[in-house]
Amino acid sequence: MAPAPTPSRGIEKIRTEIPGFDFVGEGGLPKGRTTLIAGTAGSGKTVFATHFLAAGIETSGEPGVFATFEDEPEGIRRNMIGFGWDIQKWEAEHKWAFVDVSPDSTGPTPIVGTYDLGGLISRIEHAARKLGATRIVLDSLNALFLQVPDKTLLRIELLRLIQTLKGLGATVVFTGERTQDYGDVTRHGIEEFVADNVIILRNILVDEKRRRTLEVLKYRGTSHQRGEVPFTVTKKGIVVIPLTAQALTQTSSTVRITSGIARLDEMCSGGFFRDSIILASGATGTGKTLLVTQFIAGGVAAGERCLLFAFEESRDQLFRNAEAWGMDFAAMEKAGQLTIATQYPHAMPMEDHLVRMRELIEEVKPQRVAVDSLSALERVFTRRSFREFVISLTSTLKTKSTAGLFTSTTASLLGGGSVTENHISTLTDSIILLRYVELHGRMLRCLAVLKMRGSVHDHDIREYTIDEHGMHIGEPFRKVTGILSGNQSVVPSGLEEDGTGAEGEDAPELEEKAGTR
Amino acid sequence: MRPSSKKRLAHDDGICRMQAMTRVVFTLYVAGQSPRSLQAAANLNRLGQERLGGEYDLTVIDVADDPDRAESARILTTPTLVKEAPGQPRRVTGDLSDAERVFVALGL
Repeated sequence: MAPAPTPSRGIEKIRTEIPGFDFVGEGGLPKGRTTLIAGTAGSGKTVFATHFLAAGIETSGEPGVFATFEDEPEGIRRNMIGFGWDIQKWEAEHKWAFVDVSPDSTGPTPIVGTYDLGGLISRIEHAARKLGATRIVLDSLNALFLQVPDKTLLRIELLRLIQTLKGLGATVVFTGERTQDYGDVTRHGIEEFVADNVIILRNILVDEKRRRTLEVLKYRGTSHQRGEVPFTVTKKGIVVIPLTAQALTQTSSTVRITSGIARLDEMCSGGFFRDSIILASGATGTGKTLLVTQFIAGGVAAGERCLLFAFEESRDQLFRNAEAWGMDFAAMEKAGQLTIATQYPHAMPMEDHLVRMRELIEEVKPQRVAVDSLSALERVFTRRSFREFVISLTSTLKTKSTAGLFTSTTASLLGGGSVTENHISTLTDSIILLRYVELHGRMLRCLAVLKMRGSVHDHDIREYTIDEHGMHIGEPFRKVTGILSGNQSVVPSGLEEDGTGAEGEDAPELEEKAGTR
Repeated sequence: MRPSSKKRLAHDDGICRMQAMTRVVFTLYVAGQSPRSLQAAANLNRLGQERLGGEYDLTVIDVADDPDRAESARILTTPTLVKEAPGQPRRVTGDLSDAERVFVALGL
């Protein structure tokens, strides 16, 4: 048998061009090797395998061979056209060839003596040679167990098949069936022994919601990202959603942009950073949507493109709100500087929301993105999904040096933190708190910049009012303590001069105080 | 059940009589000149002489030399013996060492 390319200088990888996968695979799939894609029924194995071939053809014109052991070629052609993969056309162009090993109607062939898989091996080898195929798919070997009941023989013959294909220098992906999402790698326990690499696809129920994940279980002799990574099946095939945590530590821009409120810019020592993520947290009615509206208006005035994802209010409502504060969203949209995407949070799972948002960000190429509100999404996602969503969205924005303003609704009217902040406060660069203050029988509103990564900022808790021109930030509360904890009390006169010291310089401590309540 | 199986028997007798006049056409698919391939060919020749009195035609196809034929016949395992005629094509796989099963499975 021809030996595989020498691995002494590290293992080369080929980019699968399946969105997101090559990050998880740290460069793609190991080249000239075999990878088992194992999963339960309906976990997306065949789509993944087909996408692997399709992406090779579409991005680099690499021909591929698809040996089908279960579905007939016609069924695959029909199923995959929905992803935009025109297999029939590729067959005509000699970019794609089927080797049809699907069971025929007569059932398994009677066995009369010793045999081997010589027919299969010759056919696949021949098809690969004819096309010069660099990518080969075997889907799924599970069906072979019906036709070849002798497991020892099958194992020997599969090894021979794979050695033959490796000799051609092809990268082989084959699928194998699992009986459960957590348990043995495959039903028959054979496929994983003939594979260099193992990838698991899962389709699990978490909190009554379906969640698809991909895990690279083993890459022989080379590195990969560990753990389960969410993925989804879209109209264009598989999209893997890696949690690119390293993007969060990227060097920050020192360019400042306006928040749309001059006084808030002053509190932030000149505005937000160009590539920063800002979280605005407040109870209902405190003015989070107003903050978003002014953030957008500020961007538009500076000649930037803005993208607003609204999950709570309809377009009409947003337009009316903006108008009430003296801002004309319709004109901004008409000028091409504003795109508003409204979506019902329940409409789809986290992965689909994320994919759609990323597509829109790619399309609009905004300098500013606002999400109003994260809480609406938090309510419909699982805790884990939500965190993954925020990580993924923030890193998408960071890699594009886009400023992001996210809003979050706190549960209690006075003081208090919210789960949102606990989840994501470490992921955001700046946090702005909007709070109600009950004072002398009136509800006042106050604002504080709780944190601003990489910059000094105002530590005062300031009162603000809202009128038809938007938000007006005023003077600090000097006579009140305990606002953020929700049990404010008026400081007796004479002590108020030193009022700021009581809140402390260390803002995150305040947040913790709030969180423990 | 009994009447129908009796009928079936009569039918099979008819085929047997036909076989006396009609040559059996075989295609044997093998992978290279392996001992298993040679064994299958030798077994078939012996069975052909013993059971069919030499009244058969045999084409041997090496799947390594003619993979297109293997593809169109959808050959998975080798050796595979296909009885092309008379009657419906039928196939068995293996080196044909199990003579009884060969003839039963092929309907001869």
